[in-house]
Amino acid sequence: MIRFEDVSLTYAGAAEPVLDHVELHVPEGELVLVVGRTGSGKSTLLGCVNGLVPHFTGGTLTGRVSVAGRDTRLHPPRELADVVGVVPQDPMSGFVTDVVEDELAYGMECLGLPTDVMRRRVEEVLDLLGLADLRDRPLSTLSGGQRQRVAIGSVLTAHPRVLVLDEPTSALDPTAAEEVLAAIQRLVHDLGITVLLAEHRLERVVQYADRVVLVPGGGLPPVVGGPAAMMARSLVAPPVVELGRLAGWSPLPLSVRDARRAAPALRERLSLLSPPVAPAASPGAEVVARCERLSVRYGAHVALRDADLTVHRGEIVAVMGRNGAGKSTLLGAMVGLRTLAGGSVRVAGADPARLPGADLLRHVGLVPQQPGDLLYADTVEAECAQADRDTGATPGTAFGVLEGLVPDVDPQTHPRDLSEGQRLALALAVVLAGRPPLVLLDEPTRGLDYAAKRRLVAALRRLAEQGHGIVLATHDVELVAELAHRTVVVAEGEIVADGPTAEVVVGSPAFAPQVAKVLSPSPWLTVTQVAAALAEAG
Amino acid sequence: MSSAATIVGLRPLPRALHPGAWWLWALGLAAAASRTTNPLLLALVIAVAGFVVSARRSDAPWARSYSAYLRLAVAVIVIRLVFQLLLGSPVPGRTLVTLPEVPLPSWAAGVRLGGPVTLESLAGAFYEALRLAAMLACVGAANSLANPRRLLKHAPGALYEVGVAVVVAMSFSPQLLEAVGRVREARRLRGRPDRGVAGVRGVAMPVLHEALERSLALAAAMDSRGYGRRAGVAAGQHRVTGSLVLLGLCGVCAGVYGLLDGGSPALLGLPLLALGAVAAAAGMALGGRRSTRSTYRPDPWLVPEWLVAAAGAVAAAAVVVAAASGAPGLAPSTSPLVVPTLPLLPVLGLLVALAPAWVAPPVPRARVAGAAGQR
Repeated sequence: MIRFEDVSLTYAGAAEPVLDHVELHVPEGELVLVVGRTGSGKSTLLGCVNGLVPHFTGGTLTGRVSVAGRDTRLHPPRELADVVGVVPQDPMSGFVTDVVEDELAYGMECLGLPTDVMRRRVEEVLDLLGLADLRDRPLSTLSGGQRQRVAIGSVLTAHPRVLVLDEPTSALDPTAAEEVLAAIQRLVHDLGITVLLAEHRLERVVQYADRVVLVPGGGLPPVVGGPAAMMARSLVAPPVVELGRLAGWSPLPLSVRDARRAAPALRERLSLLSPPVAPAASPGAEVVARCERLSVRYGAHVALRDADLTVHRGEIVAVMGRNGAGKSTLLGAMVGLRTLAGGSVRVAGADPARLPGADLLRHVGLVPQQPGDLLYADTVEAECAQADRDTGATPGTAFGVLEGLVPDVDPQTHPRDLSEGQRLALALAVVLAGRPPLVLLDEPTRGLDYAAKRRLVAALRRLAEQGHGIVLATHDVELVAELAHRTVVVAEGEIVADGPTAEVVVGSPAFAPQVAKVLSPSPWLTVTQVAAALAEAG
Repeated sequence: MSSAATIVGLRPLPRALHPGAWWLWALGLAAAASRTTNPLLLALVIAVAGFVVSARRSDAPWARSYSAYLRLAVAVIVIRLVFQLLLGSPVPGRTLVTLPEVPLPSWAAGVRLGGPVTLESLAGAFYEALRLAAMLACVGAANSLANPRRLLKHAPGALYEVGVAVVVAMSFSPQLLEAVGRVREARRLRGRPDRGVAGVRGVAMPVLHEALERSLALAAAMDSRGYGRRAGVAAGQHRVTGSLVLLGLCGVCAGVYGLLDGGSPALLGLPLLALGAVAAAAGMALGGRRSTRSTYRPDPWLVPEWLVAAAGAVAAAAVVVAAASGAPGLAPSTSPLVVPTLPLLPVLGLLVALAPAWVAPPVPRARVAGAAGQR
């Protein structure tokens, strides 16, 4: 269905090709997962399929890419619209109209399909993706998972034979991600659509894949194989796979269900060992932030209601909950960005809303969902220097922090040219220049690959050891299991759970990490814990 | 209402009326208002528009715009009266109040500040302001009855690109506002000013960066969804289309000028307008053939659409005919001030414009149970 024949691609001005002599063949009806580090050329590979690369982006392509027999050199993306459907990373950025039904019809209008065909297909897609109740809703009022499904539906109405998705679940909470993946799986099973999907969060998708394409980057050819075989030799793997490797299961489990069926022996062995002690922050630690009966409203909508939260020095607190549950509002209130409808916030003894500019930086720092918002300068060096001046830190502080987080950043790079992980590190360094006792992070792992995530985990642990209090709002259950001392669950603006991570997440279907699901009811959260306990027992 | 519908014999199923029909009706009503300064007739126009809006508007956001237009209309009247009070030229008659007159230097001769205010001068200003207010109310009625996006869908094929640009801009602007808010918050997180000159620059740059990135992403998405697929067209035909539309529009402009300006030669009026309109229409029809796109759920143009448009036309015709025949009462004298009367023909015409409240099909309402129940 998709055929890459000796494809090389060099962007204008680049010294080396992004893709170098790539040979790839995707047969009809397969779900193919594309994995690789940030910047390895995954998006370029996906873009080649419908000709956006190089027709839209520029660059020099040699070799031949063909989809359903059509050569992308001869057909620009618009001529391939009836064969390839592309869902962009941020679905909102690709919406042309403003109502669900019109958005579904837009592609067909461009193709000039007859009216009665359009009517029928819109109804079919509404049913197929479970969107029937949303047909009249403005797109801006939809949740993340609903938007993603509308974006899929909007290309599906053109009856493409290939669907290309770039990180469809990275911005979604675990439940919404399940929703989207279920929809994609139905398309593969029922309609025989060929799906090419890039995703960093392997733990969510690898079990659905028929084949995995690993793009190693650096001009090396991609490696193709079955998911189990690929996972057995891959450096990065979801926790179930790592647990399987540790326990020596064969075949390697890819889903929680497979792992549970292989796990009774391991569970028995572990039940004799003492379950891991929750790594709590030292009990007598100083309180760094205290929110009491915090309420925030936007017009008639109550975003936060009577929330109580206390953070101690050296403690990492995770805030979880659905998209739109009030996580970001809670963080915003803690830096004084939200007008309180009631209650109080004290951070290091002061009300953040009353602190003048530079003083605020020495009390609390927030890395927003889009870390790029914090960055203004033209080079990394200038950005760091500005941060030092803003906070009154000795020159070189911010850049020193940055080097501790990511060692290989060129100080002359423009912040917008950094990779996702590097940009996050720069924003974090800028925030840390003021040495605030409280550090808040909103969705820090969005778009990070495994390597970047591992570096972030290490950096946050180090910060906690140095006595910073850390609060992170996130959907990433594996990150929470790895990192957080305490977990807070927010629903509809109210705090519904607050306790040690193991207690809060183990029983929860949405927030439990994979290891906990495999080994429940014992409170094991990570492969590291299991490995350490087994090593101790000998 | 239901009994009236039964009498007329119309029981249309709920559906949205063609937006063009609503605009034709409203423009007819506005044309009627433009030809009279009789406050009773103008009040009738506003009442008719308001009644139809209340009977046939949906619960969409744009449907609330009628009250906004009414507030604007009131503001127009108030401003006009205040100007008349302070700056108005003297009109002889009954003096209501005498404001202290401010002596102005000689170069401001002809401008008067303060002085006696007569009932006649206020009445004259009020009549004129009310005419403008009534026309605003008509536009407001059209805006709250017709979905602006659906109206854009009916733009001729040759203008399709312009329509898309407007639609994209409409959905872009709220996103841009949201980006401004986010960047301002981020500036506070960096301890930098978010107001003043430095603040505006600091906010504008990242927002522009983001807007540019968004436009590129949108362009890529539209390209991959088939935007801009065209039937093969020769370059020559392309040029013919362009020049026809351009010349036609120029002709229309000159024709309208000729019509409105009494002193210009007759040839510059109606004939040129007609010629221009034909040329523009031909150009658009030719251009429309270039694009291969089709429309999802096109609005039908059926009997109710004809009736609604006709109701507006009847109202306009009644007032225009009355004005042309020199019927009394359309422009009641304000100096001396007389009590305005209600001329029969225009009143009947305006009452016909009430018809859409019954002949237009009812507005479909959202299914409350299904939509709200399962999320």
